Amino acid sequence: MKQEVLTEAMEGDRSIVYQRKFEKVNEIINRLGKSRSALIPILQEVQEEYRYLPEEILTYIAMAMGLAPASVFGVATFYAQFSLEPKGKYVIKICDGTACHVRGSDPVKEAIKKRVNLTGNKKTTEDLRYTVETVSCLGACGLAPVVMINDQIYGQMTPEAINVILDQLEKGEAEDE
Amino acid sequence: MEQKNTVLIDNQVVELNGEKNILELTRKIGIELPTFCYHSELSLYGACRMCVVEIEGRGIMASCSTPPTPGMKILTNSPRVQRVRRTVLELLLANHERECTTCDRNGSCKLQELANRFGVKKIRFGERDIKLPLDQSSPSIVRDPNKCILCGDCVRMCSEVQGIGALDFTGRGSKATVAPAFNKQLSEVECVNCGQCSAVCPTGALVVKDETDKAWAAINNPEKMVVVQVAPAVRVALGEEFGLPAGEIVTGKVVSALKRLGFDKVFDTCITADLTVIEETNEFISRLQQGEKLPQFTSCCPAWVKFAEHNEAEFLKNLSSCRSPQQMFGSLIKKHWAADLGKKPEDIIVVSIMPCTAKKFEASLPHFSTDGVQDVDLVLTTQELARMIREAGLVFEQLDIESFDTPFGFTSGAGVLFGATGGVAEAVLRAAHEFVTGEPIDQINFEEVRGFKHLKEAKVEIAGQEIKVAVVHGLGNAKALLNKIKEGKADYHIIEVMACPGGCIGGAGQPISPSMETKKKRAKGIYNADKLSQLRKSQDNPVVTKFYDQWLEKPNSEQAHEALHTAYANRGRIIGEDIQLLTSKQPDKVDIAVCVGTCCYLKGSYDTLKKFMTQADEAKVREKINLHATFCLEGCEQSPSIKVNNEIINGVTPDQAETVFKEKILTKLKED
Ligand code: SF4
Ligand code: SF4
Ligand code: FES
Repeated sequence: MKQEVLTEAMEGDRSIVYQRKFEKVNEIINRLGKSRSALIPILQEVQEEYRYLPEEILTYIAMAMGLAPASVFGVATFYAQFSLEPKGKYVIKICDGTACHVRGSDPVKEAIKKRVNLTGNKKTTEDLRYTVETVSCLGACGLAPVVMINDQIYGQMTPEAINVILDQLEKGEAEDE
Repeated sequence: MEQKNTVLIDNQVVELNGEKNILELTRKIGIELPTFCYHSELSLYGACRMCVVEIEGRGIMASCSTPPTPGMKILTNSPRVQRVRRTVLELLLANHERECTTCDRNGSCKLQELANRFGVKKIRFGERDIKLPLDQSSPSIVRDPNKCILCGDCVRMCSEVQGIGALDFTGRGSKATVAPAFNKQLSEVECVNCGQCSAVCPTGALVVKDETDKAWAAINNPEKMVVVQVAPAVRVALGEEFGLPAGEIVTGKVVSALKRLGFDKVFDTCITADLTVIEETNEFISRLQQGEKLPQFTSCCPAWVKFAEHNEAEFLKNLSSCRSPQQMFGSLIKKHWAADLGKKPEDIIVVSIMPCTAKKFEASLPHFSTDGVQDVDLVLTTQELARMIREAGLVFEQLDIESFDTPFGFTSGAGVLFGATGGVAEAVLRAAHEFVTGEPIDQINFEEVRGFKHLKEAKVEIAGQEIKVAVVHGLGNAKALLNKIKEGKADYHIIEVMACPGGCIGGAGQPISPSMETKKKRAKGIYNADKLSQLRKSQDNPVVTKFYDQWLEKPNSEQAHEALHTAYANRGRIIGEDIQLLTSKQPDKVDIAVCVGTCCYLKGSYDTLKKFMTQADEAKVREKINLHATFCLEGCEQSPSIKVNNEIINGVTPDQAETVFKEKILTKLKED
């Protein structure tokens, strides 16, 4: 019974979120204009809203801007900054540049993957909480190995240290709710 | 030293005359530099690096995208140039599936030709291990990404010449491909099946779908009578496949070849082109008299029709309702001729030989059928017919000359004109005056609508009224003209649109030839065939008159409409998911879709959508509503459109939104 009530409330929440995001998309397009040169900034802002670029939203952007959907898709797939797959609430980037690699980024990565339950090539967890990616250099080699969670940088990571950080993250989240 | 307006190419002094690039200059002095991505009709891309030359002081440069400047010293075949070229080819081949023997373009592939020409005998790099799936979804073309060399010719053709942009680059680096939006299949996007992308593809990455097997199966089926129709443009191009010059009229040989291949009856599509002229001209005259649905657009090009269905909803009512000559032919055979022979539609197989890939798509449309049997069963392109002739071992030059069978074999010159851009307009002009005034027109030739200009215009006086005619070829040109009309900067009474540059003679099913010259020669062939015809006007064709007496009563009659006309419907641009906004889990929910496709969006459907959301909040019914934005409800003429449960409601402008919400949506919620 309790379960039922919960999902319904969640559905309601989700609708509000969908609606707000879609309104934001329109606001972004209106603000940045419909010229072709506005496409990249628009995609950047829209991705900030959705954390990725959903296909139907890209189609919508193409329609609204009078561009061919294929060319919007082309731009969205050209730049590594854009993702067409949903991303988790927490995007964890593990640097695997030379400095980080030699100082042990691999065990850190394994520790994270194990903790959030990601296997094989999967990057995002089923519940859309975590996305785990490796990147080539975060430009903070002095702190190697480096991990970035959303906008926050964590230096000199070890498997133990990252677990502590994730513990804190989850604890903070539980308190928020 | 005196600075002259010359350059030195391979130690030869060459004068500059405003050439835009070195490539053009070398061609003028008889050097054919290899290219993949250079096409005079397309924009410069400079990506393939095949056309390199060595310039003193500047090193290796792409000749297609380097303008010549006075005093330049250029080498086109130096050891360095040779080495670079070979490496480029080797790298392309390393990334390319090398199954030449089974490739459709074996023998006509540019990559193969250049590898051979530059003596690439060994490829030092391994083969690519990833194999991407083929796209066979389109009835007209097959896309094999494994053979793509990323020259971008198709991308530019589709967007620049056709104004569509169904294909584009995706990804980058080693993962780059050319694909439709979201890696969808071609049949799921706004591709119009014109095939022009395959006509410029230098390799086998985009090819015309080969259906010769089906033709052999039909011929070898003893239970069926197999009837074949030949489109006008085929007769001036097929010869090229067998070494004859472009534009040579080979009608008699085509007929003879088809008979020897085993077709039971060989007919001419030009006869239903004559019929099209009569139906379309009468339709035009009645619109003119009633002053409605003008300009009238021609409808014999299925790629143009599909383009209009995707993008030009407001003009759909302006399209002539006439089916294309191919479909009129199929329809008459299956509905009337079969019956006269005491046969059922399924006893006869109708095959078409067309210059066109879009006709394959057209023939597959479900509404072009009789008692559940398709009117045209199979469409082969000129290329495919050539393949069958070769397979059968027929020596083309030695074939006899034979004439078409009766009754669908007697045609006028006007019918033949359908093969070239401007031809339909000219044929209609030959008829319109006579239909209005009862007096035949003296003028037969309308030079203004001939030729390859992007937009051709003519003015003709009929019974004191000036009729303005426009002719465009290439859908990009059509799009530009339509925009002018929308802005009120142009107005015409009748407009001919052909999707392919040059008209059907430039169709993608024709022998592959990149040059405009070839197309011009084919057009000349068409006009010669017209000149040589006994009859020049469609309305003089006695067999067509007989068709009316026997089967169709009179032009635009009920019978004629049943057999020869059709209707059009909007199509969304792309097949995909909706945007979910409110999701209700309740069993008695109301489902509302608001169209945000191009037309509806422009008419403010987003604001309608927003009003619905506010209304839902005010009435406190959010949980009972499923609200989503969708991409085409196919009601574009009276946009914005919405769909409430299964009912489509048109014209829901933002002002109407509140009323519609209260009357159509809230009432539904109360009902339950
Ligand atoms: S067939 Fe025509 S519309 Fe389709 S992708 Fe090729 S060029 Fe574009
Ligand atoms: S112009 Fe002719 S060949 Fe080209 S798509 Fe249209 S009907 Fe086919
Ligand atoms: S033809 Fe010059 S770079 Fe392709």
